[in-house]
Amino acid sequence: MGNLLRHWPYGCSRESRRKLFLGSYPITPATDIMQELVRHKWAGVKVFQAEDEIAGICSAIGASFAGNIAVTTTSGPGMALKTEAIGLAVMTELPIIIVNVQRGGPSTGLPTKTEQSDLMQAVWGRNGESPVVVLAASGPGNCFDMAFEAVRIAVEHMTPVILLSESYIANGAEPWLIKSTKELPKIKINTLSEPNPNWRPYNRDNDTLARKWVVPGTADLQHRIGGLEKDDCTGCVSHNPQNHELMVQIRQEKVTRVAKDIPLQKVKGKEATKLLVVGWGGQFGILFGAVNDLQKEGKNIAFTHFNYIQPLPMNTAEIFAQYDKILVCELNNGQFANYLRAVLPQFTYEQYNKIQGLPFKVAELKEKFNQILES
Amino acid sequence: MEILRKPKDYASDQEVKWCPGCGDYAILNAVQRALAEMNIDNKDIVFISGIGCSSRFPYYMNTYGFHTIHGRAAAIASGVRLANPNLSVWIVSGDGDSLAIGGNHFIHAIRRNLNMNLLVFNNQIYGLTKGQFSPTSERGKITKSSPHGTLEMPFNTGELAMGARSTFFARVPDTDIKLMTQTMLEAEKHQGLSLVEVYQNCVIFNDKAHAAITAKENKADSQLILEHGKPMLFGVDNQMGLRLNGLELEVVKLGENSITIDDILVHDAHNTSPTLHYMLTQMNRPNFPVAMGVIRNVTAPIFDQEMGKQIDQLSTTSQWSSLDDLFFSGNTFEIN
Repeated sequence: MGNLLRHWPYGCSRESRRKLFLGSYPITPATDIMQELVRHKWAGVKVFQAEDEIAGICSAIGASFAGNIAVTTTSGPGMALKTEAIGLAVMTELPIIIVNVQRGGPSTGLPTKTEQSDLMQAVWGRNGESPVVVLAASGPGNCFDMAFEAVRIAVEHMTPVILLSESYIANGAEPWLIKSTKELPKIKINTLSEPNPNWRPYNRDNDTLARKWVVPGTADLQHRIGGLEKDDCTGCVSHNPQNHELMVQIRQEKVTRVAKDIPLQKVKGKEATKLLVVGWGGQFGILFGAVNDLQKEGKNIAFTHFNYIQPLPMNTAEIFAQYDKILVCELNNGQFANYLRAVLPQFTYEQYNKIQGLPFKVAELKEKFNQILES
Repeated sequence: MEILRKPKDYASDQEVKWCPGCGDYAILNAVQRALAEMNIDNKDIVFISGIGCSSRFPYYMNTYGFHTIHGRAAAIASGVRLANPNLSVWIVSGDGDSLAIGGNHFIHAIRRNLNMNLLVFNNQIYGLTKGQFSPTSERGKITKSSPHGTLEMPFNTGELAMGARSTFFARVPDTDIKLMTQTMLEAEKHQGLSLVEVYQNCVIFNDKAHAAITAKENKADSQLILEHGKPMLFGVDNQMGLRLNGLELEVVKLGENSITIDDILVHDAHNTSPTLHYMLTQMNRPNFPVAMGVIRNVTAPIFDQEMGKQIDQLSTTSQWSSLDDLFFSGNTFEIN
């Protein structure tokens, strides 16, 4: 069901009045998204089953260049193949959404088992300084919201967005509170439809630093983009040393500023002081349940769960500062913990990891939390 | 009033940075002439390239352009075409870009038959990386990465195209701007994937690789310039011709052994059977002339049009008419 709900980016393609394009290649456990979306040609959805993972994302990049809401869906090994093309989208500052339904790795790994081990790959796994926005869905029902967010951020900030899901929620089910499309926020498209002699392809919005999405077919705004380094503003090819440094910093700053445009991080159990349980992605329900049980027993424990990975919500450090201990729980060998160590090095992070291709169990989490609380 | 565009109206303000003497200049010229002849609006044209010397092409065109990554131009172009089927989409690549690193996208783009033009500048060498053998280098070729000679057989672009069920394949030398212009025109007019292989000279790393075929003094005997509906004649004074002898092509001379023009094969580019087209792609010196011009030009279902048709049809017959409709079409219940 998680996989089926994720197809709703096409809901947002309606909100943004642009057609949805999916370029994809079959891979477990992500294939359902393609199979679901292709049923919705009636709504103008274009699904392109490509010859390989690379062509999946490349066709999406082409569709984005031509003005579609462009998505590619995959799992870890496919993600590895798409890496170079993600860099191209970073360089050309085109909006695309890359959905990675994670499975056990490395290599072919455990194709049908769940894991959260592609986080580092999503955040840093490209050549060059290549920042992208990384989001993570926290449950089957939340897939809709995060897919919508992925599209909104990609389009409004002109950046690739990686949306992490995982086998556990892709194959999971839960009731979903149906929204009316009227409740969905409007997605602003930053484009030019009239000729403007002063416009240059890398002119930026002052707030977001996004460039304009000017698509082929628009009169008198013909321009060329590509993977070579761009001159700030004109977008012409540039090997100027100062310009390269500036562009690297601009691309980073553009992603950093997305933090101003995402919700603040919430905490369950603000009055607690001793232990903060940190989770991300698809283990939300189990972590919530375990913490909830202990809170009912009156334990000094709080919980915060991340949907926005890169950038982190603005109040993350403020939250972390309130607890004696921070315990990062994830289905890998400590990737989010290590990411937090790099981004917010002023805190000490303890880890609870499970790498068995299985989700957490409430009982094992409670045992671990109690151990720490009693130490 | 309709604007009449000239070739220079398709040139961008960027300085062209190919080596002096590079064959790419002539190709650029021919493409701009062909576009002017068809008077296509600049705003509706997109040039998409991969990596290589050929792939600088989009920078020199006053159109929309995308210089992408190595081998992937055909895949990116497919997305562009599907997103907006009103655009005139041109893929510019080389023998390394299309036939090595991008081989998969190349064959599948041909097989799907999207309405795009795919140009392969074949200079039988890697030029941008300064002289390694390519998938079209002849066996035994000595290059920087094959100092003892290559060990592998080259691809024949046309043969590969026929194997991938090409609906349009043409081959042109960069020395014949008139033929190139005419062929680019035919390529754009063809509905479906139009593949044009240009025998292009890399003046620095593989100079004169095609000279035995393209040089002025060799041209008449080494090239068979095909025209649909015309007999396959070549040579000085068009005295040489091709005929079918059993299952093989044979070079014959008019007047010898009582051969007349009636014995000569007539080119049928529109023949749906690729057999003879395949044989034409195979011809090579010294026993045969090399076939140039439009070898194959047939109609077949076009992927982007077919997708459009499905979408149009389903939009009227679907059980859902809006997203909200769809949301409430599954197992729903109300919480009060």
